[in-house]
Amino acid sequence: MRKYSVFAIAREAMRAHKGWDAQWTSPEPRASYDVIIVGAGGHGLGAAYYLAKEHGITNIAVIEKGWLGGGNTGRNTTIIRSNYLYEESMDIYEHSLKLWEGLSQDLNYNTMYSPRGVMMLSHNVHDQQSFKRHINANRLYGIDNEWLTPEQAKDFVPVLDISKTARYPINGAALQRRGGTARHDAVAWGYARAASDRGVHIIQNCEVTGIRRGPNGEVQGVETSKGFIGAKKIGVSAAGHSSVVMEMAGVRVPLHSNPLQALVSEPLKPIFPCVVMSNTVHAYISQSDKGELVIGAGTDQYNSYSQTGGLQIITHTLDAICELFPIFRRVKMMRQWGGITDNTPDRSPIQGVTPVPGLFVNCGWGTGGFKATPGSANLFAHLIAKGEPHRLAAGLTLDRFRTGRLIDEAAAAAVAH
Amino acid sequence: MLLIHCPYCEEDRSELEFRWAGEAHIARPENISAISDEEFAEFFFLRNNEKGLTYERWRHIHGCGRFFNAARDTISDKFLMTYKAGLPKQPVPASGEGETR
Repeated sequence: MRKYSVFAIAREAMRAHKGWDAQWTSPEPRASYDVIIVGAGGHGLGAAYYLAKEHGITNIAVIEKGWLGGGNTGRNTTIIRSNYLYEESMDIYEHSLKLWEGLSQDLNYNTMYSPRGVMMLSHNVHDQQSFKRHINANRLYGIDNEWLTPEQAKDFVPVLDISKTARYPINGAALQRRGGTARHDAVAWGYARAASDRGVHIIQNCEVTGIRRGPNGEVQGVETSKGFIGAKKIGVSAAGHSSVVMEMAGVRVPLHSNPLQALVSEPLKPIFPCVVMSNTVHAYISQSDKGELVIGAGTDQYNSYSQTGGLQIITHTLDAICELFPIFRRVKMMRQWGGITDNTPDRSPIQGVTPVPGLFVNCGWGTGGFKATPGSANLFAHLIAKGEPHRLAAGLTLDRFRTGRLIDEAAAAAVAH
Repeated sequence: MLLIHCPYCEEDRSELEFRWAGEAHIARPENISAISDEEFAEFFFLRNNEKGLTYERWRHIHGCGRFFNAARDTISDKFLMTYKAGLPKQPVPASGEGETR
């Protein structure tokens, strides 16, 4: 892999940019691998990268039904934060946030991580009490989070309407300054390039149709649209389709797959300096480096794999955005799309061993998986390599639904899905 | 937005009048205090989450207020049929019949 640098750009500028290599290879699958990861999104590609980098396992295939990064990795609103309430959540999201901070250097790929601040608006006494509880929990755990008065919030986001007569009056806000955004495609591409460079096979347009198991129940490999591929270990990281893939091994997981929608506006000059979320009126918004307002809507109430979602969900969100930021009322929305989120009953992810020997699962990230990408991938790699969870992910087991040790993270999505 | 046929009101109404109420035909074990943790987790948390045909409950909360069952395709979101609560799982009609959307 040729390193990306200012010198590489200068060199290529001299020869009409004809010397750039493909960022990753697209090999035909081998007969078998040490590890197969199902799903080439950020979590799956990242796990392959960390397996190769930190655990010395390079005989890996990442198998993807569609194209790399084409699922929820390419469909989310790119928000990064770690201001969760419970220790289990703070552990994994803060681990992730720390990895975000050095990710571009680690991958030699500009992931455009931008710690521009994530602000959560409080509209009533309940919000205020709940946010202050989060702030205190976070600070006791060494995670930055602070309370702002309405005036301080407006100083931070000048376009915010904090008037007393506003339809949704604001009585304060919580701000995590290290939170922010990153470029979602670059995360998938950066991990793919770095993993491919270490010998990982990324096999796109190859659908897993079955999981073959041996006489003792252990995994032997996967049936795919390109034939059988053997594997000693299989890691499933298939987001909204996790139920479908796990069912192939006879394992039921407590997931509901729901469409979650997002939309972007026409590009504007820089006007919006951070990420703002409002749980109570259900809106969240940021501005991409390209200038588009990136807006997240809610999930549909029913199970679906349709990758679309109802129009009333979007209009509900836009109603709230227009009230909070009257200046955006005449902005045109350009594109809208849906992704399929995998939601657990306690809204916390599942990462752990399964009843099937050699089969590991990473799912249930629901509406907030993007921010967790580096941390989740890093800990999933540890799980697959060692066969047992890392200390930071020890609470996220599939078994918690039997033991009752739920992680009831009401803040799992900053907006109530 | 979905258009849903309420089998009690016998009308097609907008999704805004309805609440999704989870997978249908799950019976609460009658000996709930005697079952094992595995069996409880199975009953309480584990759902089929089918890609394709699913049987689910809906409630016409802003209409008659009653629960009913539906068969729906989770890929197209198309309702194949709806039927009253208490009836056993109904076979899905051949395509084209009984669609409410």
